[in-house]
Amino acid sequence: MKPISKLYSFLIFAFLYAPIAVMIFFSFNASNSTGLFTGFSLKWYGKLAHDQAVMQALSNTLILAVTSALIATVIGTAAAVGIDRWKKGIVRNSVMNVTNIPMMNPEIVTGVSMMLLFVFVGQLVGKKEILGFGTLLIAHVTFNLPYVVLSVLPKLRQTDPFLAQAAQDLGCTPVAAFFKAVLPAISPGIFTGLLMAFTLSLDDFIISYFTAGPGFQTLPITIFSMTKKRVKPDMYALSTLIFVGILVLLLAINLAQARSDKKKKRI
Amino acid sequence: MKDKIIIDLKNISVKFDEEQVLKNLNLSIKDKEFVTLLGPSGCGKTTTLRIIAGFLEPDEGQVIFEGKLINGLPPHKRKVNTIFQRYALFPHLNVFDNVAFGMRVKKMSKAAIEDKVQEMLTLVNLKGFEKRHVESLSGGQQQRVAIARALANDPHVLLLDEPLGALDLKLRKDMQVELKSIQERLGITFLYVTHDQEEALSMSDKVVVMDNGIIQQIGSPIDIYNEPENAFVADFIGESNILDGIMRSDYKVEFSGQKFECLDAGFEKNEKVDVVVRPEDVVVVSKDEGMLKGTVTSVVFLGVHYEIIVDLKGFKWMIQSTQVQDVGDEIGLNIDPDSIHIMKKSEYSGRYGDYSCFSEEFYELSEPDEEEE
Amino acid sequence: MIKKTSPGYKAVVSPYLLWSILFVIAPMFFVAYYSFTGSDGAWTLENILALGKYTPTFVRSIWHGLLATLICLFLAFPLSYFISKTSANTQRTMVALVMLPMWMNFLIRTYSWMTILQDTGLINSMLAKVGLGPFQMLNTRGAVILGMTYNFLPYMILPLYSVMSKLDQSVIEAAQDLGGNRYQVLRRVIIPLSMPGIASGLTMVFVPSVSTFYISQKLGGGSFDLIGDVIERQFQQAYNYNLGAAISLVLMVLILISMAFLNKYSDSGGGVVV
Repeated sequence: MKPISKLYSFLIFAFLYAPIAVMIFFSFNASNSTGLFTGFSLKWYGKLAHDQAVMQALSNTLILAVTSALIATVIGTAAAVGIDRWKKGIVRNSVMNVTNIPMMNPEIVTGVSMMLLFVFVGQLVGKKEILGFGTLLIAHVTFNLPYVVLSVLPKLRQTDPFLAQAAQDLGCTPVAAFFKAVLPAISPGIFTGLLMAFTLSLDDFIISYFTAGPGFQTLPITIFSMTKKRVKPDMYALSTLIFVGILVLLLAINLAQARSDKKKKRI
Repeated sequence: MKDKIIIDLKNISVKFDEEQVLKNLNLSIKDKEFVTLLGPSGCGKTTTLRIIAGFLEPDEGQVIFEGKLINGLPPHKRKVNTIFQRYALFPHLNVFDNVAFGMRVKKMSKAAIEDKVQEMLTLVNLKGFEKRHVESLSGGQQQRVAIARALANDPHVLLLDEPLGALDLKLRKDMQVELKSIQERLGITFLYVTHDQEEALSMSDKVVVMDNGIIQQIGSPIDIYNEPENAFVADFIGESNILDGIMRSDYKVEFSGQKFECLDAGFEKNEKVDVVVRPEDVVVVSKDEGMLKGTVTSVVFLGVHYEIIVDLKGFKWMIQSTQVQDVGDEIGLNIDPDSIHIMKKSEYSGRYGDYSCFSEEFYELSEPDEEEE
Repeated sequence: MIKKTSPGYKAVVSPYLLWSILFVIAPMFFVAYYSFTGSDGAWTLENILALGKYTPTFVRSIWHGLLATLICLFLAFPLSYFISKTSANTQRTMVALVMLPMWMNFLIRTYSWMTILQDTGLINSMLAKVGLGPFQMLNTRGAVILGMTYNFLPYMILPLYSVMSKLDQSVIEAAQDLGGNRYQVLRRVIIPLSMPGIASGLTMVFVPSVSTFYISQKLGGGSFDLIGDVIERQFQQAYNYNLGAAISLVLMVLILISMAFLNKYSDSGGGVVV
């Protein structure tokens, strides 16, 4: 790269990371200001561990992310396998169009539309407080699904269409053929989809904001209500921890991928 | 003007990372010549082409074009144009716009562009294809668009980087003839890169055989075939039996335990040499009449002739003959003096020219691969 | 091609289909249904007619969304091109660096900008040291556009990069070979061939920018109403679901129109997965 390109790239990355750097920096602030640094301290991290509301929200978020990602992965993978078998035509096209809706719609519209559905059903069954874990889970699975479908589909397209038939020819039942021959071939795509679903769900605020009820708060919603008031560095400490956690997760995945690539090369 | 030198490469060296791709290369190309750079993958032929086009700066050496040093001159300021391996047509433009590209960036008038595009499409037999999308064309047609696009800029030299590599055999033969006739009609210099020796021999005025970043031999196709300079050239161009020999005196060489008359002189007495005998130059005779005797180990019918492998005391000869032999037969071999070519020993000695591992599979294995550089 | 399949394989798409009908299609109908009914459930055009008063808000949202989208395009284009020209390893690292901030909670990132921009914030305190300012940066239109640009810039970089990294280098060389200088190669070859990525990036930045509500609340100081803010208020504070639904419906239609317009340039590959 030429020096001018390097400088440009550096400036863009500086822009992208400036607020993150500020956040990490002030999470170690001794005073409760997020603008004036008075001294180094770890007290906000300690405070965090004792914050009941935050810890509850954190565990809620993790439970929601894991379950919604798993459900979306199962339904989405099955869907991708099915879509792959449909030849070009009206079924395939309409399924693909439906897949694109949650990705293309503004999140706020997705959130609002689901809220309307839930509220309507709630009125129908005479249950006022319908919003909660169930509705959140449905919403999260819904916006996760397209990502799973779209990460599995390309992998299916790359695999030999006769793989399943070969397995059946060798004595597998159709179901066993799928699990023994097709599934291993598409597992990287499934894994990518699962991971994407997990992180999307972890991070989602807008859709959750409209589909969550007071009984079940996720971390982004808790953060939202906290940023309505003046934010104390404990929020920064929390975000720093999440950031580091995700960084470690991504590094581990990259490392694992690099290792399996190497293994493949050796073979 | 015929002997004017248009491109002069002096002491060119190129290194990619730690790998020396070109080593002190010197090459002069005359105006209006059809010159072919011939060699296996990774021999440095495409690198040489890219240096002339301006896509690559040599680490050392001078690039002289029409008497001027052009090191450092960017590609768009050079009076050369390139036909790329996979044509590199602009996928977002139609045939007309592809051919007009170079003239548009030079801001030529609309009328002039229109005329020139028509002229070029006529030249390559693509009249009427102006509005076609390039991706809808066949490989051969895309190739023609690439030629028209390059020639529309009136280049002084046309660089062709394995231009026919992606075409099938039949189309390749037709395009060879057509390229040669275009070159003769336009009277411009063509510098052609290929790994296909037949292509090189049939089209060129001059062939430059390269290996390992070094020019092995420069000469006319006939010279290269008849008078290879070392075992590499002898093996790369056509089939050859290459044997260890000793020059007993001028015009006398000993190999395979026999003394032969030959046409070569000027070697030291008892100098070790490489002896080349082309398979079609070996005459098969009965066992008793032959100067050499051997056992037939394989016979393959190739249509025009049989390819016969003969075991002579462990060294396997390849012979091309129109007469069929049976495996296991003992036959005699004769070689005329003008069928023997003597070469000085080189680093390539002993690496080529024995058909011991020859098998029919070789026909598939030795299909030339795409050059990757 | 012989591709005989047992019907069982085709049928496994049905749970997804059912899910999509229930939770993607049905909610869309409810948006429409609520738009045309009153709080008592009777059919009415009242909500649609009430939209007139929000025209300035719509115009403002679209205008600022467009500005942020174009700024993203101009910032991202050179960067994506530079990245696509580096070695495979550097490319992987740089793409990861572009994606990493997206995993950071966007509320916190936006809030962090508040502390950078406010009158007693990082920039102003630095300026104060050299005797300048304070300048009001927070609660301005510039701050809102900055927030949108910042949050959605990766959505522009990634599709652009993914198209550019697949550009055939020999096509670019051919353009140089035919006499194109750097500017001509950019205008006549690189930009036209990047169009699918540009179109995809434009959608991916424009849609969230035009519908955002948090950025405008925090960085615009609440005085800067965007269409997302109006929708949010109807659902979370005013509890006027019918009016909220009507506004959402219009927003959806607007975005569909702009996307249909853009899709003419974009490939039909189903969007870019981030």
